[in-house]
Amino acid sequence: MNISLAAEPIFHIGSFPVTNTLLVAWVIILFLVVVALLVRKNLKEVPKGLQNIVETVIEGALNFMETITGDRKQAKKFFPIVFTIFIFVILSNWIEVVPGLGTIGIWEEHHGETILVPFIRSASADLNVTLAIAIVSVFSTQIFGIAGIGLWKYGKKFLPFGGLFKIKYGFLPVPSFNGIINFFAGFLELIAELAKFVSFSFRLFGNIFAGEVLLTVVSFLVPYIVPLPFLFLEIFVGFVQALVFAMLTLVFLKMAVTEHEHEEHEAH
Amino acid sequence: MTVEKIMAVEETKEVATSLLGNLDAVKAIAAAFAIAVGAFGPAMAIGKLAGKAMESIGRNPEAASKVQTAMILAIAFTEAIAIYALVVALIIKFV
Repeated sequence: MNISLAAEPIFHIGSFPVTNTLLVAWVIILFLVVVALLVRKNLKEVPKGLQNIVETVIEGALNFMETITGDRKQAKKFFPIVFTIFIFVILSNWIEVVPGLGTIGIWEEHHGETILVPFIRSASADLNVTLAIAIVSVFSTQIFGIAGIGLWKYGKKFLPFGGLFKIKYGFLPVPSFNGIINFFAGFLELIAELAKFVSFSFRLFGNIFAGEVLLTVVSFLVPYIVPLPFLFLEIFVGFVQALVFAMLTLVFLKMAVTEHEHEEHEAH
Repeated sequence: MTVEKIMAVEETKEVATSLLGNLDAVKAIAAAFAIAVGAFGPAMAIGKLAGKAMESIGRNPEAASKVQTAMILAIAFTEAIAIYALVVALIIKFV
């Protein structure tokens, strides 16, 4: 039973190691691109077959996003990034339930002992992949925020230099207590943005990798019938983690384009 | 102290030092502790969250879907903390 935290390289292109998770990610991308091109080829006014399925799924997702953003136009603007994250993550999560994961591979010598290097390993069980998706999500939030309300207003959310000084007696700048507290609150929000990288990537990686380890151990102990409830659990967890990733991205996108509510301070 | 007590103390010291000197044993204990203690807080928090959500759905069944969406989001945030503990346990054990 071989459990390795890092993805195992299958072959090398020059000095670049191609890992099994990279292969799986490429297969998923190929599958999505092929489906998209097939649907796009003959677009009919009254959809039938594959186009019908795709349209149902997309409309369901758009309606769900609209309940969160409250605005159809905004939902359509955020739809590409959020839905792509959702569909990529859910497909890569569900690959861990496919039979053949972790069992079909090649025997290799590592540090003197022969271990099996599997061909299939879920792409989200690799910290690199989840970190990459997290980086894309957080950076797209910043870009949408700056494009939505402008660089100055967006910067004021994190570093509000404006309220630091109060003008007293007409011309004298005096440091204002509220302004300093506001500045620190904005600074903490900047730290929270950095924490999003860690939280996004580790949430998805931890769930899927732990699921793979769980399935491996359970199948190792009792191969027949007992893994069934665990397989159902992993299907459910895969769906929920993809949904959570996409929904959190959507919520952060929505928060990024809303202007910081201006608090009125009453002068007592 | 009697001879038996002295021997018992010596034996305990031997077992303890041999246990603490064995890196694999300490790693296993550390990994078990990491996930056991780390899952405690999120479990209580998720229980409280879900309880409050059920209460509010019971009081206002029409807002059920809104409450459900917010609840799932909040549960994902708290579960992430337990996942951090799990990842630390896995790193201790396997790296």
